[in-house]
Amino acid sequence: MVKDEEKNETSFSRTQRQLVVPGETIISGEDYLPGDGAYRDGDEIVAGRFGLSEVSDKFVKVIAISGTYQARRGNSIIGTIVGVTFNGWLIDFGGSENAFLSVNEVPRYINKGELREHFDFGDVVVCKVWDVKGRGIDVSVKMRGFGKVEGGMIVKINPNKVPRVIGKEGSMVNLIKDATNCEINVGQNGWIWVSGGEIDNEIKTKKIIEFIAENATTNGLTEKVEDFINNLEKKK
Amino acid sequence: MTAKKSEKSLYEKRASGRKVDEIRKMNAKVGIVPSADGSAMFETGNTRAIAVVRGPRELHPQHMRNSETGILRVNYGMMPFSVWDRIRPGPSRRSQEISKVAEWALASCIDLKQFPNAVVDVFIQIPQADAGTRVAGINAAAMALADAGIPMKEMVSAIACGKIDKTLVVDVDKDEEDFKDGEGSTDIPMVWTSRTKKIALLQLDGKISPDELKSVLEIGKNACEKIYAVQVESLKKSLEEKNE
Repeated sequence: MVKDEEKNETSFSRTQRQLVVPGETIISGEDYLPGDGAYRDGDEIVAGRFGLSEVSDKFVKVIAISGTYQARRGNSIIGTIVGVTFNGWLIDFGGSENAFLSVNEVPRYINKGELREHFDFGDVVVCKVWDVKGRGIDVSVKMRGFGKVEGGMIVKINPNKVPRVIGKEGSMVNLIKDATNCEINVGQNGWIWVSGGEIDNEIKTKKIIEFIAENATTNGLTEKVEDFINNLEKKK
Repeated sequence: MTAKKSEKSLYEKRASGRKVDEIRKMNAKVGIVPSADGSAMFETGNTRAIAVVRGPRELHPQHMRNSETGILRVNYGMMPFSVWDRIRPGPSRRSQEISKVAEWALASCIDLKQFPNAVVDVFIQIPQADAGTRVAGINAAAMALADAGIPMKEMVSAIACGKIDKTLVVDVDKDEEDFKDGEGSTDIPMVWTSRTKKIALLQLDGKISPDELKSVLEIGKNACEKIYAVQVESLKKSLEEKNE
């Protein structure tokens, strides 16, 4: 156990990462710039949230390791329809407010009053965030690959663990796809849509994704996931 | 630190055997409720508090929404079995007051400007009570808020100090709170911020002279530093445990 901790400490210092609590001084010096999750107090750069601090060059930021999803422009997210208004839909994606999908952001023309025929309550929609400014979050489904998804299941994980599920250039997702023959669509908000015809494949995918989420902070995750998949197959 | 030697206090030795500036044995754990956005447990002696954070999320009822900033909502409650005779569940005059003061204390260190119209709900529950439940609750809530990734300027730590007859003590327990002889007992819960060392909450129930209050604040501040160390340690441990 002790050895593990030492290992982690060295890996943190190599990338100049450090676990900080709110109000903790990350670094002191006039030339540093506070970024996301950090603020300046006199001479010092202070953590403004709980997370991993990262000093790269003169730029200091705190990477979130917990908490809810915060929408950013360009993110692709998955949500469910929770409201229909006269000119669009409200989508719940597990954030601090609902996203708004306007009828103008749907690739085909929809008559007023026929919105529910296109997207109805409870439908799962893959959409892209195109504006987070002003009043609320606006999303769009105009591009290819976006829109309603049918069948399959939704797996929800902590949004801060999404990068590990995707892997470098999608390597982890491809690994899971190859192992389970499932279609996987990962939303940046931590909702993952899984569909693979057979329910057994989907459950297997869900197990793998949950395994990744549980072990998101460990090194050499790809090998561990490979082992985990092999073990799952052996059990059968 | 203690009252003048000429007036002998009726409470010179603490019944629990602790020193006057000794806090009860502390224990804290972060991440006790996996489905929540943030959660923590804080314990001193026989007082135990759990805090769960949900949000930021949509605020209902809508008329409470603030389009400038998110709001904090704290709900404090004691569990029916937390004391020897049953506590009636549901909001009471006392629990509503504590919810409100805890909300004010915690609101001073968090910043919800990023979440307009949203709410951050903090639920504090006391499964086991032996005085000082509001401060234990605030300690747990501060850790849970940090665990939930809420933007915070700093942490807060809380302690209940007291004057038992003429002796100033730290972390009052139930026996001391009920002390009736001489001048009786004065209960002073206080919340200190971790970085700027400001007072986020100060309550006083009983009688105390201005000079004594000043020294009580000083010993409370020192005690809060020890509590802060426990909070930081358990927050950092919560990630290391996941790394194993």
